[in-house]
Amino acid sequence: MDIHEYQAKEILARFGVPVPRGGLAYSPEQAGYRARELGGKAWVVKAQIHSGGRGAAGGVKLCRSADEVHQFAGTLFGKQLVTKQTDANGKGVYRVWVEGASDIAKEMYLGLVLDRKSERIMIVASAHGGMEIEDLAVDDPDSLRRMTVDPAVGLTEFQARELSFQLGLKGGQVAQMVTILRACYRAYRDLDAVMVEINPLVITGTGDLVALDAKMSFDTNALFRRPEIAELRDRSQEDPRESMAGDHGLSYVGLDGDIGCIINGAGLAMATMDMIKLAGGEPANFLDIGGGASPERVVRAFRTVLTDRKVSVILVNIFAGINRCDWVAEGVVQAYKEVGLTLPVVVRLAGTNVEAGKALIAGSGLPLIAVDTLAEAAAAAVAARPRVAA
Amino acid sequence: MAILITEETRIIVQGMSGRIGGFHAADMIKHGTKVVGGVTPGKGGEIHLGLPLFNTVREAVEATGATASLVFVPPPFAADAIMEAADSGIRTAVCVTDGIPSQDMMLLKRFLRRYPVERKMRLIGPNCAGVITPGVGFMGIMPPHIYMPGRIGIVGRSGTLGYEAAAQMKELGIGVSTSVGIGGDPINGSSFRDILELFEADDATDAVMMIGEIGGPQEAEAAAYARDHMKKPVVAYIAGLSAPKGRKMGHAGAIISAFGESAQEKVEILAAAGITVAPDPSSMGVTMARVLARRAAA
Repeated sequence: MDIHEYQAKEILARFGVPVPRGGLAYSPEQAGYRARELGGKAWVVKAQIHSGGRGAAGGVKLCRSADEVHQFAGTLFGKQLVTKQTDANGKGVYRVWVEGASDIAKEMYLGLVLDRKSERIMIVASAHGGMEIEDLAVDDPDSLRRMTVDPAVGLTEFQARELSFQLGLKGGQVAQMVTILRACYRAYRDLDAVMVEINPLVITGTGDLVALDAKMSFDTNALFRRPEIAELRDRSQEDPRESMAGDHGLSYVGLDGDIGCIINGAGLAMATMDMIKLAGGEPANFLDIGGGASPERVVRAFRTVLTDRKVSVILVNIFAGINRCDWVAEGVVQAYKEVGLTLPVVVRLAGTNVEAGKALIAGSGLPLIAVDTLAEAAAAAVAARPRVAA
Repeated sequence: MAILITEETRIIVQGMSGRIGGFHAADMIKHGTKVVGGVTPGKGGEIHLGLPLFNTVREAVEATGATASLVFVPPPFAADAIMEAADSGIRTAVCVTDGIPSQDMMLLKRFLRRYPVERKMRLIGPNCAGVITPGVGFMGIMPPHIYMPGRIGIVGRSGTLGYEAAAQMKELGIGVSTSVGIGGDPINGSSFRDILELFEADDATDAVMMIGEIGGPQEAEAAAYARDHMKKPVVAYIAGLSAPKGRKMGHAGAIISAFGESAQEKVEILAAAGITVAPDPSSMGVTMARVLARRAAA
């Protein structure tokens, strides 16, 4: 689960990371007011959306007067900001962060991630910041310093010191960096984060370290014990279909094609999408109905897939282990009637109670296309698409 | 002999008195699996499914001689239950639970390292379908009737895709020695490589079907191991050729976030290591049949 920059800054500041003074605004007027309240001669106005690449997309601006802050914020609110990392719809701007401009002498990079190889938290840092880590890894891989942390011991001071020296920091900056590193590690560990990123971490004109940007992402599996983090969820930044599906125990990811998929198991769902592609079609979505799916959950899956207007055919592929083919078949028949389906539906059932499931499909009197194998299912779905005039 | 579950394996179920744990334990018993008891803290002394329940894993191990445990404990308490099993002398734990926090897994993996090799517990999962030795028994949630006893090992992240592979092979008359689900989480107990090692040493296994997916470094590690240390052939399939970068595809671990983590890159790495990769998920069975035929002819 992602949170906004200003929220990440508030959290990290609580753990001891220095951040610039700033204020949150829900309207252009409030943004101007925040600038006056903060004082100073220059402010940075930043659109708060769950995405990087905001600067290049026109979501960040250095302003020289409170009126300019007000005016620029006015162009942001309600806008769908499209960045390199969002889809073509972009993300809506409903909050704006105004902070005092910093005097930047140097930009560095600091990130903490879950390293799947060592199965530990890994700290990644570079003396060259400001650009995306993916680009940094390509353009300047030698500048990246990595270190993993023993979860039973935590980040030791000598490790933090070593990293600080590797980044070329001097004098008091080393102590500041050690504080920042240990604060980030503690925030990561104590709040069940999966990612903490400060990019850029800057050295100011006076030689001090400040987190100019901050990003945090959290382990959704741990939200049950982090209610204060769960509260920060911002649905306006999520794909409404994906969050709605999630509320009903379905795992859904929208894609660009027109073949709607209803499948059990993440691996089989991915494999079915691959099969559709190889058969010459394009999947409209990833959807895993999960284990022990009731007919009601299958109906819900149909409704979710159908909210995507691109969908022209639906493919149901179930290999039941803890699921039951007869329940799924019941759900398919129910969905057909309740939703008033007119699209072609291809159904492939295998595994637990398969005979009962197939009998339900065959006996339903509905124009369902029943097939036996994964390959047949993909081919039938591609063939069932309405022909598009060339 | 098969791996992980043999005729001698005595199994307890942690969380057996729960709805899901009880349902699957009953299915395991029905199919001849040697389940000897269950553990539910606070229900020690009760009888469930005709078997004794214990308050602690240690009591269960002492009373029943169990060497394996199937963990059906809810996510907030699952890591603790697994550590309890490791400390009580269980040698193999299989955890089906989906949704364990990644930091719990981090600490758990660190905890397992405290034991010397000769009493170290092997963990399979979490977030997996389990382990089955067809005709002998199973620990998990799979439909046992789709597996034909035979001499091919299966190891995969996804449960349902493992079923798909077993069904395709059965259709061609190819049976399974043991099928192992290693689970879809970013941090798991046993890696592809760990299971390949077991199959390579198992005299009841002739070849291995390995079913990977996008995300993580484990397929690449397995490829290097197969190239350098395995005599038995490995056939692989990688799911997610059509998955977009940076999006989580159902499994917590199925996300392309680094170099070498896409399906295309993994296929290249596996092929370069001499592993035969099935071109699509519907030809896992026929690809294995072809490899076996080639081997028989050689």
